[in-house]
Amino acid sequence: MIDALKSLFGARPAPAEAVQGEKEAPKMTAKKLGLRQRYEHMTRGLDWETTYQKMDDVFPYDSFEGIKIKDWSAWEDPFRLTMDTYWKFQAEKERKLYAVIDSFAQNNGQTNLSDARYANVLKLFLTGVSPLEYQAHRGFAFAGRHLRGAGPRVASQMQSLDELRHLQTQVHTISHYNKFFDGIGEFPHMHDRVWYLSVPKSFFDDARSAGPFEYMIAIGFAFEYLLTNLLFVPFMSGAAYNGDMSTVTFGFSAQSDESRHMTLGIEVIKFLLEQHPDNLPIVQKWVDKWFWRGFRVLGLVAMMMDYMLPKKVMSWKEAWDIYFVEAGGSLFEDLARYGLKIPKYADVATEAAEHISHQNWAIFYQYTHAAAFHTWAPDKEHLDWLSAKYPNTFDKYYRPRWELWAEQEKEGKRFYNNALPQLCQTCQIPMGYTEPGDASTICFRETQFKGDTYHFCSDGCKDIFDGEPEKYVQAWLPVQQIFQGNCGGPTVPDVLAWYNMNVGADNMDYVGSPDEKIWKEWHPDADAARKAV
Amino acid sequence: MAQIASITLLQNDDARPIIDAIMADNPGVRVMHFNGAVKLDCDNTLTINRASVEERLGRSWEPQEIQLVLVSMAGNLDEDDDHFTLSWRH
Repeated sequence: MIDALKSLFGARPAPAEAVQGEKEAPKMTAKKLGLRQRYEHMTRGLDWETTYQKMDDVFPYDSFEGIKIKDWSAWEDPFRLTMDTYWKFQAEKERKLYAVIDSFAQNNGQTNLSDARYANVLKLFLTGVSPLEYQAHRGFAFAGRHLRGAGPRVASQMQSLDELRHLQTQVHTISHYNKFFDGIGEFPHMHDRVWYLSVPKSFFDDARSAGPFEYMIAIGFAFEYLLTNLLFVPFMSGAAYNGDMSTVTFGFSAQSDESRHMTLGIEVIKFLLEQHPDNLPIVQKWVDKWFWRGFRVLGLVAMMMDYMLPKKVMSWKEAWDIYFVEAGGSLFEDLARYGLKIPKYADVATEAAEHISHQNWAIFYQYTHAAAFHTWAPDKEHLDWLSAKYPNTFDKYYRPRWELWAEQEKEGKRFYNNALPQLCQTCQIPMGYTEPGDASTICFRETQFKGDTYHFCSDGCKDIFDGEPEKYVQAWLPVQQIFQGNCGGPTVPDVLAWYNMNVGADNMDYVGSPDEKIWKEWHPDADAARKAV
Repeated sequence: MAQIASITLLQNDDARPIIDAIMADNPGVRVMHFNGAVKLDCDNTLTINRASVEERLGRSWEPQEIQLVLVSMAGNLDEDDDHFTLSWRH
């Protein structure tokens, strides 16, 4: 099939300009064009210097950030992927994926999950992550339009299409679960309104309201290159291990695109740093900012891996060591030749990797009445796993808390936090994180700006605000919005109604939920079997 | 410390000849098995040779076809008609 396509390409008539003799006609006697030549032909000469309008008017956004580009043609996509090949590969990936989705539905794959608790991972993914794919689609369409080099424009166009495909395949895959489980059907509405979903949403709003170069560093480099492995690889292995064949397939199908995105991300950063020495401090600031922003968003994944997967793949700490400490270490050693340093507060993030999942899941456990997925306290076996995976922190700080809460549950006094939490102005997460090196003290930072006080969960988030206060004072913070009367009313039921939350089905603990009920109908012998083991 | 060049591929029939070619052509490669995927790590450089894959696959194969089974990678990519190389060399 590939040969057929190549011969088709080779047999195309010479371009008109070559026929007219303006340039030397390519030698059509050559059997095939090599990969490099094909890439040259399909990505260069597609752009032109405008004459009716000034180039700066046509591309108004690629100068205000201060990035200096001397030679756009120095851009090279190492994959050398051309649009024709792109369509062919993507079509093949789609065919494979949709065959699996059909098969999964036809075979009632949802009944073969490790446990119905697993479905909560999908709810969090669909409400929190899938809409970001759509934001990325729009963001790369914008970057592709507004960067004036042809190479990055072609790459951005492909990535924009990839991101749209990711949203679609995720919605299609998870829609099957929507037939059986709660908390799924209102995902776009919830993404725009529900308190914890403002964390991923504001991350992308921040990136998309930046200039095109910052967007490319934010999403292309910091998110796709540095952090995407931490999102998708453990997530998809988790799906595989928990019997979710359809999610594994969309995940790995998306991930093959991610490899291309990672390559684009690293190309962007090298290109900017090679173009002009003045770019270095600007890029360094963006790398610092977007590393920290991404690290905070990925706390949701940390919690998913350590607490939400019924069958565990690896701990968040282990994933962090492989994909950030080891892989990121190699990368920054490489980028050091341009003078780029490892992101500021990377050491703080690595220390926090032993705490963040425990602190996040504790937040959701306390606010389970306001979350669109189910929570649960870890059972003894799970606590033992966490103790083994987190020998430095779990027994000392977190296990006693879970044991106390389990005790309270047993006495019929399950703990709910009914106060609205203070939020960090930058990452928008409730202020539940602790001081670096002191997990018994909550970390608070603050800044004064134009007579108001703004609060932060960390030095990283405070620095980001201080770098662009005019931007972050505009943050749509869910708690403040509730108090200002913009979220349906003053009481919790008012707000949940405004979220379109199906109270008693979407929220609260897994035990006693309709999800648990349907799971037990599918597996009437499950409890007996577990006891027998 | 050596910088690690790494590739993660699907664990399926399409990827197996590529995985085998990597293991044959990159002495010292370290293999990590995940559910559904395989991560292969080398110090500094990892190469996939077109000829090695074709030999195992029994048909012609272009390095770009790796897109269909690729999950993740680390290192600077150099791809051409006869190889797909990840490395930290310059």
